[in-house]
Amino acid sequence: MTEQKENTTSKIIEEKETSSLKLILALGIAGLISGIILVGTYIYTDPLIKANKAAATQRAIFKVLQGCDSFTTLVLENNKLLEKVNDSDNQDTNDKDELVVYAGYNTSKELIGFAIPGSEPGFQDIIGTIFGYDGSKKVIIGFEVLESKETPGLGDKIFKDVDFQTNFTSLAIEPEIVPVKKGEKSRANEVETIAGATISSKAVVRLLNKTMAIWQQTIDDYIKENNLKVASNDE
Amino acid sequence: MNELDNKSQAAQEFLKGLWKENPIFISVLGMCPALAVTNTAINSLAMGLATTFVLLSSSILVSLLKSVIPKQVRITAYIIIIATFVTVVDFSLAAFLPAIHKELGAFIALIVVNCLILGRQESFASKNTVGLSILDALGMSLGFTFAMLCIGIPREILGSGSLFNISLFGDAFEPWVVMILPPGGFFMLGFLLLGFNWYAKKKSQNATDNKLAK
Repeated sequence: MTEQKENTTSKIIEEKETSSLKLILALGIAGLISGIILVGTYIYTDPLIKANKAAATQRAIFKVLQGCDSFTTLVLENNKLLEKVNDSDNQDTNDKDELVVYAGYNTSKELIGFAIPGSEPGFQDIIGTIFGYDGSKKVIIGFEVLESKETPGLGDKIFKDVDFQTNFTSLAIEPEIVPVKKGEKSRANEVETIAGATISSKAVVRLLNKTMAIWQQTIDDYIKENNLKVASNDE
Repeated sequence: MNELDNKSQAAQEFLKGLWKENPIFISVLGMCPALAVTNTAINSLAMGLATTFVLLSSSILVSLLKSVIPKQVRITAYIIIIATFVTVVDFSLAAFLPAIHKELGAFIALIVVNCLILGRQESFASKNTVGLSILDALGMSLGFTFAMLCIGIPREILGSGSLFNISLFGDAFEPWVVMILPPGGFFMLGFLLLGFNWYAKKKSQNATDNKLAK
């Protein structure tokens, strides 16, 4: 091993005379080839990656808004929700700083509710979610975690535990959502936290309260302004 | 005779990575993925295959270009080559296997700094023919994947009660959550290293005993 090392060192000394130009050229060419490969891969995979992301969002929207058949994307501009025209050339404009919600409609074009993305720091990292909100009843009707690095077996129960998920079938958001211990839920605005994952469950509650504070008024206005027909839940 | 030698050398280069110089159990390289993404069998396998692709492609390229790359900038050149292939893997996984890409997260990008890969370029691919480099890379990465599965399979069985996401024991099984948490990685790796070292020691002892007996 040491012999090998000595060999390479002596070789390096021998070739120390290599001109800097040659070194720069070698690295430059390596960088150029690497760049070409990367650009090629990017051009090929980028539409697929974007389609995957869009499909994941769409799946989540249909999941949190039961009975949803179609949805429109709404962008917040000057405290007002504006319908976003989905032209395919402008896909890149979906920037992260743009605040977006999705309005979901059933087959008879009646409004079911809004799918609202929201994120909040959890125990390990940001928890990224999307949840369904029924604007007429002011209740949360569905909840789905899109991104989470919560502890496997504990914090990840926020999306694996069926009991916790049932908290969000009809959760009143007024006056505000309150976390309570398991089995102590008595009011419509209470969420039963998960034993052993209190931080993660409380993060979810915080996320819902925070996100609804941003959206509630705007969504109310939007429903009134556009005279949207709201689907009755009896069907 | 010469051909036979070549053949046995080729076989040796391929086989050494699987067992005798196994990157994880013997050389103890690539500990970051070995501990971090072996919480399920499928993640271990995906990481193993991603590493295989990167190691194989960079070994081919490095052994092809070994006479062109000036010695002074070789490490930089290797890193550029490795990083390129890692990014290709990163993009491809995101495009074709988004679920696995999400699970492995940042650890895909971290393949760049896996010493196993740079180590093989420096100590093998830059000194040998393309053919031998391919065999070496295949052997090493299969050995790596095998070791990843050795850690990942028991961790998933004990920690989640499932294997490749198929539930094994039903609801009655209370999973050992610790096995899928970071300490579980250390436990499993520790036990396996213990086993390997014990076996190696026993083997060498037997060999000396036999010699003495003769």
